[in-house]
Amino acid sequence: MSEPALLPLVASLVDTPLPVSGIAWLDAMRRDNREVFVAGGLPLARVEAWKYTALRGLARRPFVDGDAAALTRAVDLSALALPGVDGARLVFVNGAFRADLSALGALPAGLTLQPLSQALHADPDPLRFVLSRRHYEADEAFTQINAAHARDGAVLRVADGVKIDAPLHLVFLGAPAEGDLAWHLRNVIELGEGAALTLVEHHLASGEQAHLSTVVGDIELREGAHLHHTVLQQAANGASLIRRTGLRLHARAHATLHLAELGGALVRHDLRAELIGDGAQLETRGVFMPHGRQHVDTQLAIRHQALNTASSSTWRGVASDRARGVFRGAIVVAPGADGSDASLSNKNLLLSGSAEIDTKPELEIYADEVKAAHGATVGQLDERSLFYLRSRGIPLAEARALLTAAFCRTVLDDLPNAALREHLSSLLIDQLPA
Amino acid sequence: MLKIENLHARVEGKEILKGLSLTVNAGEVHAIMGPNGAGKSTLGNVLSGRDGYEVTAGTVTYNGVDLLALAPEERAAAGVFLAFQYPVEIPGVNNTYFLRAALNAQRKSRGEKELDSMQFLKLVREKLKVMQISDELLHRAVNEGFSGGEKKRNEIFQMAVLEPQLAILDETDSGLDIDALKHVADGVNALRSPDRAFLMITHYQRLLDYVVPDVVHVLAGGRIVETGDKSLALKLEAHGYAGLAERQPARASA
Repeated sequence: MSEPALLPLVASLVDTPLPVSGIAWLDAMRRDNREVFVAGGLPLARVEAWKYTALRGLARRPFVDGDAAALTRAVDLSALALPGVDGARLVFVNGAFRADLSALGALPAGLTLQPLSQALHADPDPLRFVLSRRHYEADEAFTQINAAHARDGAVLRVADGVKIDAPLHLVFLGAPAEGDLAWHLRNVIELGEGAALTLVEHHLASGEQAHLSTVVGDIELREGAHLHHTVLQQAANGASLIRRTGLRLHARAHATLHLAELGGALVRHDLRAELIGDGAQLETRGVFMPHGRQHVDTQLAIRHQALNTASSSTWRGVASDRARGVFRGAIVVAPGADGSDASLSNKNLLLSGSAEIDTKPELEIYADEVKAAHGATVGQLDERSLFYLRSRGIPLAEARALLTAAFCRTVLDDLPNAALREHLSSLLIDQLPA
Repeated sequence: MLKIENLHARVEGKEILKGLSLTVNAGEVHAIMGPNGAGKSTLGNVLSGRDGYEVTAGTVTYNGVDLLALAPEERAAAGVFLAFQYPVEIPGVNNTYFLRAALNAQRKSRGEKELDSMQFLKLVREKLKVMQISDELLHRAVNEGFSGGEKKRNEIFQMAVLEPQLAILDETDSGLDIDALKHVADGVNALRSPDRAFLMITHYQRLLDYVVPDVVHVLAGGRIVETGDKSLALKLEAHGYAGLAERQPARASA
């Protein structure tokens, strides 16, 4: 049942001593997760949630735990900036917090933004509940690894009723090192009742490398809280990046997520949202554009658990060359979540005969008076549209680029930050094959 | 300007055009009428270069050039415009952006200077006035959510901006109510000029009440079976298309 512990990835993880914090519950939690991982091993294709993302290649590679030189890696500060993102900034390089690159001066009242390592050192108790969650499922191996090994991450809290205007910026940068590194980051984000925040999460690389990183985040939105969250993933072309984001929305909380998955060699994101309070609302808008030999897998799971909750998800995939995209969009409307409204659309384009996209929408409804719509397609550019553009004088290559860009950009339509939207839009266009 | 000789074309292996000949001179408006299945739309599609239409015999010469050898975008740049029977909706592509990209692509291909956004806007405003189109249409995606009438008017508006030499109108009148039909006709009439020719493909005579053609052809069974002046259209209206397919091909009008 378990993967032989001889696999180099597993061996390098098991051989790595766990971090020791001196906080009893935390160290016990780390040991506990290590044991669960050792017993269960890596998820293989027979685990449904990993069916389309084979880990054989990754498992054959050993990684060095953490980067001893992380604090001295040279990073071009200007490369971290994003248009329209001018609030406080927290920067991690190869998994380590970099105070010198961060911008944490003069935080607005009611905003807490600090690295997890500092938060634990100052007062671990508020983090105990969220960090003590157990992840026993077979598809949660990387969450177990993360729980056992993560030393740092972002801790972000907005107090009740506080509205933060300037978009906050979380930067996770991978820098070239002497070998292939592995690091693990754990983020904890909480918006108090009626709080509001715009958050930009940026994964990027300062050069070519083939590191492995895992990022686990919990985002809790209390009653009436409002979050705009944009994720720009531009990991290095050789990097493996495995993320799990858990989102919990209390009554009348509202979250709008925009995600652009552009980089990485092996990318996996589990995005699990629970609408646990009446009237909670969630929008997810995402685009994944694997090219070359990239493999990008998004697993979206939305659970409606309260009355009159609403979710709307629009995802676009564009795969070129020999790349592979995977999308699973699962919506569950639980018993009692009457009056819920759920919609999900995933449309995909294959720009080459060797590219592949597997998409799987799932809908389970156990409540009454529910509105639900979902659909998924995989195809090529519409020949009629191409001909229409060409008949007006637009050359074939330009017509293709125009239609493909329009196809992806749909997911940015309701991103309110115009400067960021324009920037993302140009990144999407740059990502298209010439 | 346009000389079609003995044109044979197939769609999905089925021969639709069977020896069509036609000559259109600059400044003329030709109407091509005919029953369903006669090959009217096939003619428009062959002339604009749509995939899936295989020319098996005959020639099409446009201003001395072999039109059939050109890609669709090259035909457009050379001044050929097709107003679609079913204009395509293109979500995510802004109407103004699209039109400017089209105009500049054509200008570039002709070796002309591209228009900057100010120059383009000025041109668009002039044309909007002539076409009596609300500029709200410009801010929407190409044809997305347009009514049938708006789509057809958008075709004529594009034609006004692109200023083709040869405009082919494929059943532009179909599906229009009388007001929309008049708007479309006004637009076409405003563009009539000694340098420009029109080929109006239509099933019904009523568009011809508003855009009076110089020459009327009857297309049946993949050939021009009769050619005359505007009175031919009225005759067809009175007697219908019945029996046309059996007639011998008429001599192409010169």
